[in-house]
This record gives sequence, C-alpha cells and structure tokens, in this order.
Amino acid sequence: MLPDTKASPAPPPEKPAEPGRLTRLFLSLADVAAFVGRFFREALLPPYEFGEIVRQCYEVGYRSLLLISTTGFITGIVFTNQSRPSLSEFGATSWLPSLIAIAIVRALGPLVTALIAAGKVGSSIGAELGSMNVTEQIDAMEVSGTDPFKFLVVSRVLATSFTIPILTFYTIFVALIGAFINISANEQTSFPSFMQEVFGAVTFLDIFASLFKSVFFGFTIGIVGCYKGFHSSKGTEGVGKAANAAVVTSMFLIFIEELIALQIIGALRGS
Amino acid sequence: MASEAIIVIENLRKSFGNLHVLQGVDLTVNQNENVVVLGRSGTGKSVLIKILVGLLKPDSGYVSVLGQEVEKLKGRELDQFRQKVGFSFQNSALYDSMSIRENLEFPLVRNVRNLSRAEIDRAVEEALDDVGLSQTINQMPSELSGGQRKRIGIARTLILKPEVMLYDEPTAGLDPITCIDINNLINEVKERYKATSIIITHDLTCAKTTGDRVAMLLDGKFERVGTFDEVFADSDERVQQFYNYNFVN
Repeated sequence: MLPDTKASPAPPPEKPAEPGRLTRLFLSLADVAAFVGRFFREALLPPYEFGEIVRQCYEVGYRSLLLISTTGFITGIVFTNQSRPSLSEFGATSWLPSLIAIAIVRALGPLVTALIAAGKVGSSIGAELGSMNVTEQIDAMEVSGTDPFKFLVVSRVLATSFTIPILTFYTIFVALIGAFINISANEQTSFPSFMQEVFGAVTFLDIFASLFKSVFFGFTIGIVGCYKGFHSSKGTEGVGKAANAAVVTSMFLIFIEELIALQIIGALRGS
Repeated sequence: MASEAIIVIENLRKSFGNLHVLQGVDLTVNQNENVVVLGRSGTGKSVLIKILVGLLKPDSGYVSVLGQEVEKLKGRELDQFRQKVGFSFQNSALYDSMSIRENLEFPLVRNVRNLSRAEIDRAVEEALDDVGLSQTINQMPSELSGGQRKRIGIARTLILKPEVMLYDEPTAGLDPITCIDINNLINEVKERYKATSIIITHDLTCAKTTGDRVAMLLDGKFERVGTFDEVFADSDERVQQFYNYNFVN
C-alpha cells in the first residue's frame, strides 16, 4: 500500500506560555547582572570618555552642593540638639562632640548624602536617560558612531562613584560645623577643642568605612538610575516611572548596603 | 550602463514575539536613487531601516549596504560604516541638553579626529546653510518648531557627508508648507551629496515628490515596487485604499 502523501495541514503555532512571577524575577535579575557586567567591561576598555566623566562629576557634585550643604548643616544642628537632653541627664554633655562625631562620620554623613543624591541625582539620571530613550536620542547616538552605553552609562556611574564620596566628606564637615555652632551656643567650647574631641573619637576604620560605603552608594545611585532610564518603557509615562523607580530602588538598596556594611565593619572591629 | 546596487535586501525576516513584521522582504536600491517605502503604521517600515543601520538584528535574510553585510559588522567597523549612513529620525532625536551647534558638532568631533576649531565651525555652518537654518546655531532644540527640528536632524546627518540617507517619516506631524520644504530638502540632498536614500513615509505627496521608485509594504513583503504611477495604477484594494485615503478623503 502506498503511503499517504497528502500533507496534513500544519498545526497552528503554539503560543509560548507566559513566564511565571518567579521566572520573571530571575530574568530581570539576570538582566541587571548583565548590565552591571557590561558596565565593568566598558569602563575598563578604551576609548575612555574623560571629558564626559568630568562634566558629569560637575553635574553630580557642584549642582548638589547647595542641597547637601543645607541638609548636612541642619542634620548637625538637629542631631546635637536632640542628643543633649539624654546626655545632660547623666551630666555627660562634654561627650557631645565625641557622640556627634561618631554618629555623623559612621552613619549620618554617608546616609544623608546618599539619600539626598538618590533623590536629586538618581531621579535626574533616570529621567534624562528615559527621555533620551523615548525620543530615540540613544539610537541617534549609536548611529552617529558613539557607543551610548560608554558615553551615557559608564560616565555617569563613574561620576557618581567618584563624587558621592567627596560629597560625603563635605557633608560630614558641614554637619560638624552645624554641631559646633549648636554646642558653642549652649556650652563653653572653642573650635580647636571641639575638633580635638572629634578626632579623638573617630578612628581610621570609621573614615575608611565611610569612604568605602559611599563609593558603593554612589555606584548604586548611578547604576540604578542608568538601568531604569535605559530600560524605560516608551512614552512620557515611562520617563516618570523610570525617575521614580530610580529613586525608590536606589534608596532601598542604600539601606540594604548600610545594613551589610554595619555587619562587616562590626566584624572588623571585633564587636 | 546599469547603476551600482548600494542597498541589497534579500528574504529579510523579523518578528517580535508572535508579531511577524517582515516576512521575506526583497529590495535593491541603486546609486543616487531615492526609494520611498510606503505602508500602514505598524507594518515594519521603521524596523526595516533600523536593520539597515544595525540598530536591530534581523531573524534571517541578507542585508548589504555599500557592499558590507551589516549583520557581520561589529565595533570599530560598525562605527565606520555608520559614518557613511545618515539616519534622520521620526522625532528628529536632537540631543535636548546640547545647543544646535553642539548637536551638529557631536558626530563630527567623535568620528573625525584632529579637526581644528575653524574646520569644525565651517562644517557646522555649511550643514546649517544646507538646511537654511544658520540663524539657529546658538539655540536649544526646545526653542525650535517641529519643521526646524526635522531640518536640523537632517543637517546633523549631513555633516559627515553620508553616502546613504535613511529618512524615517520625514514629514510626519508637519503642516503642508513645511512638508514641501522637507521634500525639497530631500531632493537637494540627493543632488548635492549624490546620496542614495530610503524614505519611510505614509505621506503620498512626499512619496510622489521625492521617490524615483516606490515600494509598498503589504503583509510583511514588498508586493508592489515601481514608479509612483506604476504602483498606484494597480487595482489591488489595499493599494487603492491607501491612495484614496491620502488623496480623496
């Protein structure tokens, strides 16, 4: 018997199943990992965008200065004012400079700077890149022979990683000035003796840990802002969402990093 | 003597998930020829030219521009190839944070090394002269009208003196008078730069004015290719519907 040569109609193509929530989570984590990996690859390979990095450092640093100064100064005053009653109960107001110094250098300086920068710089990066994505400016850059990842992402992430630590130490300084003004208004103290107390309380590990943390905070703010902007959905709504997600995600990650840093530094101190 | 084929597309296919946009596209564009690609929105016209410049990867098929197989180009080779191909975006895609001068300088200073300040200034002024907008040199993109932005977008691509021009909806969203200006500009670019162009549009006036040939994208393929009159002499309902919508309604 001859085989039936009449071709049967091809079955309609099966619609691929929608990935589950967990699968989507892992896919997006893989996407983030690839983005971070690409950053390190592109950052190490020439050509280097020195001009753009300097311009971004100016944008991140100089333009945040007023806000950081005000916030740091107020933090110093408020924290000193709130700490005084507890110390005065034990007749230990002379410990105020040491207490303030430890709190500001170890935690408040890096955290306040990072949170302010996440709000100001992170949202600005997310919105700017999101808007560039929506209006095809990133594609335009690519077709004009410029690698947009290197030009836009690498330069911004390096700028935040370099500049946030500088801003952190600036915030610490301004907050200490605020604290000194409050202390000198209430207790008899001079600036040199205040600073002597401060440096007596703060260790090298405290300063190194703040520097290390703020580099991570800066990197987080930059990479999250760029990732959200680069992957924003089309349309003006996508730009707003990218800016918002950049702030919320980077603030969340900053607190997680602070918690991890606390454990690591605690272990280093042996406490 | 037959003209040299500058753009060759063979059996090009591209899908996005279950959406099959290009389903075997074939097209050849000869030197110094303007080919207009017509089709309804969402039929893959912009996808096609993004594949030509390497912004999107095709699923299968062969694409060659200026004798180079685009899909195989990477890194420096791709950058050098892109210097010869101008791409005018639908929304102009001017860099918002840069002035018009900086927008025009950008592709030049990043691709051509060792240019003096005077040479850069001269090139910028020349490109702006070509589009008749010299007075906007120090303005920001947000200060310009839609038509001016389109022309500046074209000027930015002209600054590298491209051999191939790709226009994505050059007249979309513009008033009829500005459309005429843009159409004339496209024809001037062809004459002055001897450029080979693909113009994506659904504006039949633009197609008739600028196109040496018209290719109509129907169901993911170029089913009608020829002069404007040849294509629209066809009694195919889809072709006639397109014509009537533009010229009768």
